[in-house]
Amino acid sequence: MAATQTGLHHRSYASELRIWTSRAQWIRLGLLTVLLLALPWVLDNYWLSIVNTALIAVVGAIGLNILVGYTGQISLGQGGFLAVGAYTSVILADRAGLPVPLSIASAVIVTAVVGTFFGLPGLRLKGLYLAIATLASQQIILFIVRRWGWLTEGRGFVDVSRLEFLGFRIQRETFEQQWYWILLIIAILAVLVAVNLFRSGLGRSFMAVRDQDIAAAAIGVNVARAKLTAFAVSSGFVGLAGALTAHYTEVISWERFTLDVSILYLAMIIVGGLGSVAGSVYGAVFITFLPVVVRGFAEFAGGFAPFLQAQLPAFQNAVFGLVIIVFLIIEPRGLNHIWTRIKDYFGYWPFRY
Amino acid sequence: MRTRAYQHSLSSSTVPSGEPLLEVDAVSLRFGGVQALRSVSFTVNSGRIHSIIGPNGAGKSSLLNCISGLYRPQEGEVRLHSRSAEDTGGGADRTHRLNSLPPYRIARLGVARSFQNIELFSQLTVLENLMLGRHVHMRHSVLASALWFGPGRRQEIAHRELVEEVIDLLQLQAHRKQPVGSLAYGIQKRVELGRALCLQPALLLLDEPMAGMNAEEKEDMARYILDVHELAGVSIVLIEHDMNVVMDISSHVSVLDFGKLIADGHPDEVKADPRVIEAYLGAEDSEVAQP
Repeated sequence: MAATQTGLHHRSYASELRIWTSRAQWIRLGLLTVLLLALPWVLDNYWLSIVNTALIAVVGAIGLNILVGYTGQISLGQGGFLAVGAYTSVILADRAGLPVPLSIASAVIVTAVVGTFFGLPGLRLKGLYLAIATLASQQIILFIVRRWGWLTEGRGFVDVSRLEFLGFRIQRETFEQQWYWILLIIAILAVLVAVNLFRSGLGRSFMAVRDQDIAAAAIGVNVARAKLTAFAVSSGFVGLAGALTAHYTEVISWERFTLDVSILYLAMIIVGGLGSVAGSVYGAVFITFLPVVVRGFAEFAGGFAPFLQAQLPAFQNAVFGLVIIVFLIIEPRGLNHIWTRIKDYFGYWPFRY
Repeated sequence: MRTRAYQHSLSSSTVPSGEPLLEVDAVSLRFGGVQALRSVSFTVNSGRIHSIIGPNGAGKSSLLNCISGLYRPQEGEVRLHSRSAEDTGGGADRTHRLNSLPPYRIARLGVARSFQNIELFSQLTVLENLMLGRHVHMRHSVLASALWFGPGRRQEIAHRELVEEVIDLLQLQAHRKQPVGSLAYGIQKRVELGRALCLQPALLLLDEPMAGMNAEEKEDMARYILDVHELAGVSIVLIEHDMNVVMDISSHVSVLDFGKLIADGHPDEVKADPRVIEAYLGAEDSEVAQP
């Protein structure tokens, strides 16, 4: 049990079920709030755009973690589901004239339905076999996106109009700031929904399927239904992330949704921590910032090692691969577990355990 | 000191004690060329501890798996009885054919079980494992779970109360928040019993709850099983190898050997049955060595 929980005496089940219980947690929450409120004033547009990208990745990573980390269904179809969300929302908003909030909500539902359909092989397949089946879904969706001319009106990419709803319009000068607030609110809601899901019975049944599907069935969990629900909920999150990507970047094309993206998201949840909402957040932020930091390092080191800058993409990929290997070997439970250990260290101090 | 009596009944059986609760009717099960069960028939009466014994490979676990729906017998029927709640006097008998139902539907009818090799949700805490035992009694909508405040939270708290009674009955208080994967073997076995109990079973199937335990742990487990039976009034089907335990706590014993039922009755009768002695000691011809 975590050291931060010692000395806490709950007097009701309700108080025990709260997300923030200890004083340390409230203090950390306060500091985080101050930080998040300060960011748009502290950061310039370049860094804020990376933060915004990370916030979208947070939503997508939580979605993938619901499926892979919590339900134990390996998925390589993340890129495809992002594409479904992106194209659905853009076509509904820009061509059918739906207000953007409604088009995004529709994208969530459409992606959830598509995800459930591609989750059907999960009823029969496990582990690597399921990974291959979801890889097929990734390729099928990407094939459709690439070859179906109607989607892009034959141009191969789609321009997305600037975000505008209910009289609110994103301004050119404060583009990143305004998006920051929108994405921050959505990311916070996504985190809360996921946390709620896993402190209630539905989320528990997902974890039961992950740990022991036979025992889950023997205590009355409809395993097939739990798996499909997990695919639906997970794809809903991913569809949301896809739709946000489309409206934020204002242009979409198939290159944004390749298998590389699926693997990138898997890396996020592995580095962050499988089966942990907080881990999804840490992983999404870490993996989004990693190439930026690596580029910064290459520029810094450019004076004495110019080849780093010349071979930047290769260098970034190498660091990316190295990070995953290091995490798999040294800390397979991810950043979330490192953070837990740090908290425990100070919680138990001056004792070792 | 004020003590609080248990508020919830842990048994959901509607069949009066002594009347048939579960009927295994001419069940045969084959795996390819292996005949695991040959036309096995017996009846489990409500309110009893009914033990199934037999040498290794006799088909005991296969039989349990047939009852809980993990295996489908090729022939025969498994029937569970219940009484509709409205009828008080006598009550209309309802029969459920278990062998045509998937495992999760059988669990919803109140058949809970433990496994020979512990099958807990190892990454989850004791509390979460037990709460999962409440799964069939809870409503699970994505919306209510996502919103949490309102029905989702209320039901978590309501079901926690029964779970706490099970924790109390099985003395798991010290382990509530520990992941079950990190617990000692004997405690894991107890958690598995607890998870099955949280279902408020009409019938509890226990597959070797004392396997691999030392004498002291066995005694503890026997005590818990008797508590569950006597305090909570749960009907139990028990598979166990330890003869002393079986003969001490069972009210009825069925003996399997090579997939056939060779004896069925009161423990004392079964103990004296020459075929049972032969199955266990292996006598030649018809000459049976009396112990």
